Amino acid sequence: MTEPLLRVDGLRTHFLTRAGTVKAVDGVDLRLDRGEILGLVGESGSGKSVTGQSILGLVDPPGRVVGGRVLFQGEDLVGAGEKRLRAIRGRRIAMIFQDPMMTLNPVLSIGTQMVEAVRAHEKVSRAEAWERSRRALARVGIASPDERLASYPHQFSGGMRQRVAIAIALLHSPDLIIADEPTTALDVTIQAQILFEVQKLCRETGTALIWVTHDLAVVSALADRVAVMYAGRVVETGTVAEIIGNPRHPYTRGLLESVPSRNRRGVPLRSIPGMTPSVLDLPEGCAFRPRCDRSSGACTVMPELTGERENRAWRCWNPVAAEARGDAA
Amino acid sequence: MLVFILRRLAQSAVVVVAMSVLVFAGIFAIGNPIDVLISPEADEIERAAAIARLGLDKPMHEQFIRFVDSALGGDLGTSFVHGVPALGLVLQRFPATLELALCAMLVAVVLGIPLGLWAGLKPDSLAGRVIMTGSILGFSLPTFWVGMMLIMAFAVTLGWLPAGGRGETASLLGVQWSFLTADGLAHLILPAVNLALFKLSLVIRLARAGTREVALQDYVKFARAKGLAPARIVGVHILKNIMIPVVTVLGLELGSVIAFSVVTESVFAWPGMGKLLIDSILQLDRPVVIAYLLVTVLLFVVINLIVDLVYSVLDPRIRLGGGRA
Repeated sequence: MTEPLLRVDGLRTHFLTRAGTVKAVDGVDLRLDRGEILGLVGESGSGKSVTGQSILGLVDPPGRVVGGRVLFQGEDLVGAGEKRLRAIRGRRIAMIFQDPMMTLNPVLSIGTQMVEAVRAHEKVSRAEAWERSRRALARVGIASPDERLASYPHQFSGGMRQRVAIAIALLHSPDLIIADEPTTALDVTIQAQILFEVQKLCRETGTALIWVTHDLAVVSALADRVAVMYAGRVVETGTVAEIIGNPRHPYTRGLLESVPSRNRRGVPLRSIPGMTPSVLDLPEGCAFRPRCDRSSGACTVMPELTGERENRAWRCWNPVAAEARGDAA
Repeated sequence: MLVFILRRLAQSAVVVVAMSVLVFAGIFAIGNPIDVLISPEADEIERAAAIARLGLDKPMHEQFIRFVDSALGGDLGTSFVHGVPALGLVLQRFPATLELALCAMLVAVVLGIPLGLWAGLKPDSLAGRVIMTGSILGFSLPTFWVGMMLIMAFAVTLGWLPAGGRGETASLLGVQWSFLTADGLAHLILPAVNLALFKLSLVIRLARAGTREVALQDYVKFARAKGLAPARIVGVHILKNIMIPVVTVLGLELGSVIAFSVVTESVFAWPGMGKLLIDSILQLDRPVVIAYLLVTVLLFVVINLIVDLVYSVLDPRIRLGGGRA
């Protein structure tokens, strides 16, 4: 098997607060090949965003990566110094954030923010950096880029700003882009456009993508593989077809059943009972146990990720039987 | 932009007129200057002559009309005490105060912003705590006491710096300045530090509060995700965002430093406008007091206008509205 582009092993990121230790990410394993698109799915508070930020060492205090490894092309980023990380950020691994209203500095022009991103990694003249920024804007579908470079973020709509953020992420043709719910704050029509663009650009440039989201519909349209997170752990992983068509973890099944579907018209939507547990006070063993209709005595011990192969696994003692879903046929 | 400036100037004119009425009425309430100016032995005829000469025999509204009439011609009256035009007297003292105030502001900004940034970026570090504790002292110790302590320490005990006066001055643009000579600069240090202390604390606290807020914003994280160097993130992304409140307060404070450096000027015998004001109030020298206050009002107006203009440079979201805005 070839060396994967990114391999996350037992990543643990904890927040040491006065109220106690918040184990936001508590043993996450991921694997991503070159050019692959991975959907990282979970509810709010499942640790999916913190996982994305931990990969690049961007977690703000009091948060801290306390264990595990992030192997990027064989190099462990968890132990890497700030200087080494800085050389990777933006150039090899880029990031796009959730709220495009907040990610661009309001008092600096778009041009300034793009030129500095170019020049952070390459010794090029201001004029050349400007030219590259111009081309990057044009590539994400922004008209009259020269004029746009001189504008400030508040003169842009949300969708436009997210396009700018994507253009910045693509400036150095990175190997990997971590996109943290980048379409959540946008209108549905804009969301579809952005999804399409990002998919196209990643395929063109061979960039791998981790798309963090709570929206299974987005993932099914975009990703090759999916990792479902619950309470700081990956509970199931597989290809999109496997996860959508044949979920094995009860939580994944619950997520799928709470999405409206044409096949179940007229049938009331099912929701997962209870709510996401407080990360300060996780139940012993499987964190989903209190909300699960399949839980048994075994569930007080945390199950390991098991499955057919590394990329098709689930973390459950009583997995849903293969092809068990009523509407699967 | 031009419309904005013109409108602001019109508003300022109204402020100046209202202010002159208030000042004129207020100064009448303080006391009768005749009691101070004329020796008790003067007889009734001499008294009447003096009152008529100073124009104090007329009722208040007539005096005010006469004052406005000559003020429009640039004459704010003649000092009762010194017998020279009051405006000239104030303006002559103005450079000394301006010099002192600007030096104090310079100290406050040059030290305050970096210290505030540091304390904001590392709020739990020892240095951060020391800076914040120091700023509380700067806030709470009275200016006159600190001034005297500075003189005690650096002038009397150590003998490093002079205790008072402006020292040697040199001429630039026809005005005498202390900062152009080594001796003048030595005289300037203690009063400038004394005057700066309060503003310094203010700038530190503002910069720290701003930094703590801005450092947590997504755009700072995004800047880090771009791989920018820390110097660029702090020096451009954070600094430019925290400058807006700092500039506001500094603008207002510059006015108040110029106008009310009275205490420091008195402690260090600095021959500026503040000292002139104190002397003039004691002697009920009405024209000088009025001239001083009008100059001060104008200063505030001009500084506020400049602050508004600086805003629009710092924050592109602020557009200085014209007529239809």
